Amino acid sequence: MPALLEVNDLYAGYGETTVLHGISFAVAAGGVTTLLGANGAGKTTTLRALSGMVRTQGEIVFAGARIAGRASEEIARAGIGHVPDGRGTFLELSVEENLRLGAISRRDPGIKDDIARMFGYFPRLAERLRQQAGTLSGGEQQMLAIARALLLRPKLLLLDEPSFGLAPLLVAEVFEILGQISRAERMSILLVEQNANLALGLADHAYLLETGRIVMSGLAASMRENEAIRRSYLGY
Amino acid sequence: MQALLHQIFSGIATGGIYASVALALVMIYQATHHVNFAQGEMATFSTYIALTLINYGLSYWLAFLITLVVSFIIGLIIERVLMRPMASAPVLSSVGVFIGLLLIFNSVTGWLFSYTVKAFPSPFPEAMPALGGWVSPHEAGATAVTLIVLLLVYGFFRFTRLGLAMRAAAYNPVSARLVGIRVGWMLALGWGLAAAIGAIAGMMIAPIVFLDPNMMAGILLYAFAGALLGGIDNPLGAVIGGFAVGVIENIAGAYLVGAELKLTLALVIILGVLVLKPAGLLGRAVVSRV
Repeated sequence: MPALLEVNDLYAGYGETTVLHGISFAVAAGGVTTLLGANGAGKTTTLRALSGMVRTQGEIVFAGARIAGRASEEIARAGIGHVPDGRGTFLELSVEENLRLGAISRRDPGIKDDIARMFGYFPRLAERLRQQAGTLSGGEQQMLAIARALLLRPKLLLLDEPSFGLAPLLVAEVFEILGQISRAERMSILLVEQNANLALGLADHAYLLETGRIVMSGLAASMRENEAIRRSYLGY
Repeated sequence: MQALLHQIFSGIATGGIYASVALALVMIYQATHHVNFAQGEMATFSTYIALTLINYGLSYWLAFLITLVVSFIIGLIIERVLMRPMASAPVLSSVGVFIGLLLIFNSVTGWLFSYTVKAFPSPFPEAMPALGGWVSPHEAGATAVTLIVLLLVYGFFRFTRLGLAMRAAAYNPVSARLVGIRVGWMLALGWGLAAAIGAIAGMMIAPIVFLDPNMMAGILLYAFAGALLGGIDNPLGAVIGGFAVGVIENIAGAYLVGAELKLTLALVIILGVLVLKPAGLLGRAVVSRV
């Protein structure tokens, strides 16, 4: 499978601090790839680097184009949807406005149908349409964030800890829907997740990040069997 | 009674002007969290452009329209050229730039158009018996123009894609970028719109107070009081606050403090709001977790 995203020797950080120390990885077209790692390993920073939200050095090739150093909004327009850390809800705006914002860079007539399709995945959003988004629960905001990113019709969806702060039942529901989406929308997903069990269940490919370096990679199934990963990240 | 009604109506008329300037202030405040102190002088400059065009022989409304376009472009350019490099500068640097802008606009206006006080024409008829003498035709017309502008601005932000994108960029620039909104341009557009709204306020107030380079100095203070009273982060609040300050100013000027202390009253309102209810009547009190 050709790679949709290729990252070569990527450095990134905030101010004086370097968080990523030359990582290289790839995301296949049409698959789910996951980045595993403990707190502070650099998972969120990796996604921010891909979206042009932090200072970077190194090569990022997306769909054949070098996107390192481009502005966030241009990277989004090139086809990378990002469900950020903290969900990035437009708290003051209504749920409907949040959804319309997801498709704001599009000019095609299919937006209404796409929003309706999101209600198929997340019926609760349809019930809350006129409500101010800041009043949604954490789980509902997570659904809203995913729907908003999907409405961009991205080729690649970056997901930053979709399970964060959600009740276990809701986590299962969100991951079930993510599985459906990745199959139905033929879209690549790069998933960052602390819950390695969940992530390896959804992904075909996995990378393990430790203090800003990639220390292991492979098929998700074989990573699951790996003794070290099992003990450190899966907990059995 | 007749006199009181007259005071209230003319208070509403000047309040409309304050409301426009307050709205311009709030638009830039929402996007940048800075108060543009130069908003008034920019409006004065625009009013001189209109006067020049009218003296050149253009009809009032054509001059009005061209002035709006030119003011919009000036606002856009100021954001792109002057404010953009200040985007991540500390607050005091931005305040310095705003004060610099105020001084530059004030002296350039005086230098180009002279400091002598000039009359500015009103587009409305001299007398309109239908109004019953409570309010002059210009006051009624200016109020109508202000209300139309406010409605247009409201409609633009509420119902258009561009308006939605601008609101998103103001509320949450990081998320706005992630959905592909060109936040920098939204800011520039906000500056352009604010400059155009200020220009309308300038052209509407000039026939009442006469045109000179310092025309808007006091008005900006009233508008700021109005914006604070209504809530500096709330456009609707700013408009209501602007009208309220206009009425308060007129009634207090006539019955309480006299004309000399009217401007002091604006300062008292500013101080009172800051002490008693910093978020304003309709503003949100911002609570941040630590």
